[in-house]
Amino acid sequence: MTVDTRPRPAAGSDGPATAPGDPIIQIQGLNKWYGDFHVLKDVDLSVDQGEKIVVCGPSGSGKSTLIRCVNALEEHQKGKLLVEGIEVKNDLKNIDAIRREVGMVFQQFNLFPHLTVMDNLCLAPVWVRRTPRREAEATAMQLLERVKIPEQADKYPGQLSGGQQQRVAIARALCMRPKIMLFDEPTSALDPEMIKEVLDVMIELAEEGMTMVVVTHEMGFAEKVANRVIFMDQGEIVEQAPPSEFFSNPRSERTRQFLGQILSH
Amino acid sequence: MTDRIETGQVTGPPRAPTGAIRWLRENLFNTWYNSLLTLVIVWAGFNIVPAMVDWLVLEAVWHAAPPEACREAAGACWAFLHEKGRFILFGLYPYDEQWRPTLAVALALGLIAVSGDRRSWGRWLAIAWALGIVAIALLIRGGALGLSYVPNNQWGGLPLTLGLSIVGLVFAFPAGILLALGRRSDMPAVKAVCVAYIELIRGVPLITVLFMASLLIPLFLPQELSIDKLLRAQIGLIMFAAAYLAEVVRGGLQAIPRGQYEAADALGLTYWQKMRLIILPQALTIAIPPLVNTFIGFIKDTSLVVIIGLFDLLGATKSALSEAGWRPMYKEGYLFIALIYFVICYSLSKYSQALESRLETGRRARR
Repeated sequence: MTVDTRPRPAAGSDGPATAPGDPIIQIQGLNKWYGDFHVLKDVDLSVDQGEKIVVCGPSGSGKSTLIRCVNALEEHQKGKLLVEGIEVKNDLKNIDAIRREVGMVFQQFNLFPHLTVMDNLCLAPVWVRRTPRREAEATAMQLLERVKIPEQADKYPGQLSGGQQQRVAIARALCMRPKIMLFDEPTSALDPEMIKEVLDVMIELAEEGMTMVVVTHEMGFAEKVANRVIFMDQGEIVEQAPPSEFFSNPRSERTRQFLGQILSH
Repeated sequence: MTDRIETGQVTGPPRAPTGAIRWLRENLFNTWYNSLLTLVIVWAGFNIVPAMVDWLVLEAVWHAAPPEACREAAGACWAFLHEKGRFILFGLYPYDEQWRPTLAVALALGLIAVSGDRRSWGRWLAIAWALGIVAIALLIRGGALGLSYVPNNQWGGLPLTLGLSIVGLVFAFPAGILLALGRRSDMPAVKAVCVAYIELIRGVPLITVLFMASLLIPLFLPQELSIDKLLRAQIGLIMFAAAYLAEVVRGGLQAIPRGQYEAADALGLTYWQKMRLIILPQALTIAIPPLVNTFIGFIKDTSLVVIIGLFDLLGATKSALSEAGWRPMYKEGYLFIALIYFVICYSLSKYSQALESRLETGRRARR
């Protein structure tokens, strides 16, 4: 069984229309501070519909903070951030509208441990989208088949392996039929032998045309899937280029150093 | 060890040694100080237990008898309970109508017992509770369907203790949850009010709260708006318990990792959906032991209403003991209500343990 996890047409009944070709995420002059610490410095970025962006950089470079600003898990203090033409600011109504369109996968999975896998998946469609329970369960089951663990539907997250949990987390985000998927180091908490099963699911998703912004150090994934690789350091975007160019011919010295470090072994 | 495992033949953990003597040696006489403790306890047991049995059973007056008969006996005077037991259990409630509170208590305990089983949760249980509460109120208060009216200054004993406890917890628990959420709120005004309330109430003894509820509130309220004594005491108890429960719930809330909040936010759940569906179910499960601790403490604390002149279990017992002739029987009286309190609190504790292990097995991690 195949499921349509492709983003719904941009001119859908819920959510403002975006003309084709318009960027789905627009970031201009974004600044963020934690106290006195300047985490994001004048970040500009625009992501087109269907584009796959891989963000990498040393820890503390602000890459996670950047994607967490996109669905307002972090507040930014200066600059403009538009998702689907809706401006992200401290306005609860806007934030809810944006979060419905943006799925997020976390490093630590963040599944709800008191709910079964099935209930984890159905929760948001039923409560946020008001989907009838039966319909939500059917979609959830199809998505579990997509991530290849339909037999785990009635288990609790604590009974699954890390890789299985992360695949459930991806399915949970997809249940809301988001137009954009954000991945915050989705494989960093996994044992090595489980990384591939998660990346495979992400590659399939990319092939279907999902707009994806992925913070990761999996350079193989970046090479295979990304339209653009972005390198961040100290709160700035240092370099962005298609993967072929990025890996073979990095322009900045800092990028070269970073690549040297993570690709050396 | 008797059974040896030969190398290369590992089949499972070695069998645990059995036998009474081995058990004794390992548990009671494994070190010199444990041996000493065991001997002291055995010696004390030999000295205390026979005297206890003598007083409680063998030398006790079991039949109905006047207080004079007890004075000659060396043991407990259970005749006191023959005479005053019903007064202790029901207070000033009219003697011939005491089947009504009995039935009401049975009804309440039945409903609680059924609700303790999660499988019964549903629409029918809600209807049963609604009908049950009406029936209980009707039975206790009367004044309709041919039942005579009994004003609430005649309510007393066990039904009053249970009523104050159950109604108190039913209102204080949600109030405590709201206070805990308020204390962790991002809204400064809400947070300040909740913190002030919790700290103020926790900084004051329950007796003071009860006195204030019973003496001060009427002073401030206009004459025509008088609330009766029982209701004032109930409000005081609720206010007090809510502050303590709020801190227990807050402890549970703090144990929930930030990722749970973020995952709920990222899925677009509203604040109340997030709290009700994700955060509170986990926080309250974690908080079951301290919650039950507070519940049990609260049930026993209701006995303090005695100081504002309500005849709960303790009040009725004190009153029964104030009667000429029965005054020396306080040991029997207090033992009797201690037993009642123990049964209530121990069953609550047992239920919470069962609940905990059931919630635990549902989601046990594989590791």
